[in-house]
Amino acid sequence: MSTPLLMIRGLTKRFARTTALDSVDLDVHDAQIVALLGPTGAGKTTLLRTIAGLEQPEQGSMTLGGRDALSTPPAERDVALVFQNFSLYPSKTVRANLEFPLRAPSRNMPAAEISERVAWAAKMLRIEALLDRPARKLSGGEMQRVAIGRAIVRRPRLFLMDEPLTNLDAKLREDLRFELRALARSLNAPVLWATHDALEALAMADRMVVLDRGRVLQSGVPAEIYARPASPDVARLLGWPPVNVIAARNIAGHWTAADGTRIAPASSDGPERATLGIRAENLALAGGPMRVRVEVVELTGPAQVAVVPWAGIRAHALASRALELAPGAQVAPSVRPEHVIVWPAT
Amino acid sequence: MSFLALERLEKRWPDGTHAVRGVDLTISEGELVVLLGPSGCGKTTTLRMVAGLEMPSAGRVRLGGADVTDLPPSQRDVGFVFQFYALYPHMTVAENIAFPLECAGLPRGERDAAVRRVAERLDLVALLGRRPRALSGGDQQRVGLARAIVRKPRLWLMDEPLGSLDAARRAEMCELIRVQQLADRVTTIYVTHDQEEAMRLADRIVIMSQGEIVQAAPPREIYDRPATLFVARFVGSPGMNLIEGDARSGTFRPAGSAVAISLPHAVPDGRVVLGARPEHVRLDANGPLRGRVVIEADAGPWRHVHVEGAFGRMQAQTTERGASSTGDEVRLAIDPAGLRLFDPATGRSLA
Repeated sequence: MSTPLLMIRGLTKRFARTTALDSVDLDVHDAQIVALLGPTGAGKTTLLRTIAGLEQPEQGSMTLGGRDALSTPPAERDVALVFQNFSLYPSKTVRANLEFPLRAPSRNMPAAEISERVAWAAKMLRIEALLDRPARKLSGGEMQRVAIGRAIVRRPRLFLMDEPLTNLDAKLREDLRFELRALARSLNAPVLWATHDALEALAMADRMVVLDRGRVLQSGVPAEIYARPASPDVARLLGWPPVNVIAARNIAGHWTAADGTRIAPASSDGPERATLGIRAENLALAGGPMRVRVEVVELTGPAQVAVVPWAGIRAHALASRALELAPGAQVAPSVRPEHVIVWPAT
Repeated sequence: MSFLALERLEKRWPDGTHAVRGVDLTISEGELVVLLGPSGCGKTTTLRMVAGLEMPSAGRVRLGGADVTDLPPSQRDVGFVFQFYALYPHMTVAENIAFPLECAGLPRGERDAAVRRVAERLDLVALLGRRPRALSGGDQQRVGLARAIVRKPRLWLMDEPLGSLDAARRAEMCELIRVQQLADRVTTIYVTHDQEEAMRLADRIVIMSQGEIVQAAPPREIYDRPATLFVARFVGSPGMNLIEGDARSGTFRPAGSAVAISLPHAVPDGRVVLGARPEHVRLDANGPLRGRVVIEADAGPWRHVHVEGAFGRMQAQTTERGASSTGDEVRLAIDPAGLRLFDPATGRSLA
């Protein structure tokens, strides 16, 4: 593979006593969408701000287009940062907001090119009809499009998006998610996309980096991380319904939970103690040795989730809506051995 | 037998805004009802009138058979939860949870029993003796929830209690609210703008728009048979596919397209909007709708495929992998059971 456009090694950033970024490694290649998935406080914003040059790291290296970026002033890094809070000039028109970054004296850009770029960005984001409207009269979704427009008119070599859809309602988020993916493809510039929404990350990204408490827990192709989370901590960040995480021992060839529940056959050459992961769609509600009562049933829309006390945890099973389920119903959870993710105890 | 009844409830603000317009709603004992709608739909104002924090301009509120419309909040025995406030740092977890019971004058023995019960349900037993600063963020939130719901009033009123949490934490806390509510069966009204939360929590969802109830029904019915286009658009993620076209002698033709889809229900000829949830749209070599795959994405257990054709854009959601890739010419079929029709003029469901 070619040299990554952005290459980060061992990046560490501390604030007072907290370590916001702890030896982070990250590669972003041309035209990739890389999702940075992590809960609030994971270090996502600090990482984006450090790449943009708004924070100075204590340790580590960073190259952009092969050049050392840490010694490059922020304005010359040629990256665009889009925040979750739309930072527009409310009294200016959409057009003036889009022109603003191009009018910087240092750019010395001819007027014809400015208007050509604004027209191009407006067309791409479908905000042409809004160009003469003041920003304060826009809806949330329109404002976020304009904010993204302000980033793309500059045609930077890297986009940094900090939860750009978080403040929007579900429907708009869903629409913009796919529009932005298509847009990123057509711009051919990579996007580093921070989000706490696992489904958004899984659906959007070519690659995914899971971050928690300043550390990279896993990076790779989203489908692979989903299928094989590297640790229980990664599994817990993969959204709802949650992966069932159970501490178990191999007793006489069976993974057995602390409360005695037999979960599934264990291979004889495996570890004796392990943490097991079972995704909700792989926990069946029939065929198991133990009968338990459903505690809660939640509708997702196309499917339903049964919450059952099983193997010492509040277990989640994603079930077809054809199954008649109600709180109090008796079920017998089971899982096929090939669906058990095994993390050996350390 | 209705436990709580709102009768032609109205709220006009002094500036003339008509925030709540004739809301009629009855709620049974032990039911969890979610008021769902976009901001400004009147859901919070309705809740505040039930709590006694706002006086209705007209209409009555009846609780347990008695008219409480003119009673102050303190005489209604309702618990109002806005969000889970910060914990008292100098108290242990047990003391924090017991605090509302102490304020209510409950004797020590009952207090301890109630704390124990809620702690067992929320997996907090091992933490009861600790102080808040020794807990992780997630544990602190569970303690906050426990404290908020340890009391058993006649009615819980919850106004977006999870608003400030991120997605993962929200899902967990939402479920714990339901666990606790099902165990105690306290009648609950829960206000949110988040349709996923509403679907997962509710016995019944009441959808509001512009001060009025648009539909009140169990989550499955709201999802499967939305009463209007507004509900169809508001509930479900990914959203329902909606295609405008013409109904003619038992078939549907998308606008600008020659294909005909036969309709399972009889509707009068004329302009209609056809609706189909993404999970009822499938790639099918013999399907009537031709198009090209423009987006496909895997998200957890689901695969999303967006197809563009003369009918516009449709999204299919399946659990099958690798059936198509971007740029492929494909055909789509709609499962007749999942097909809905709406009147484009009124927005109302036709069948």
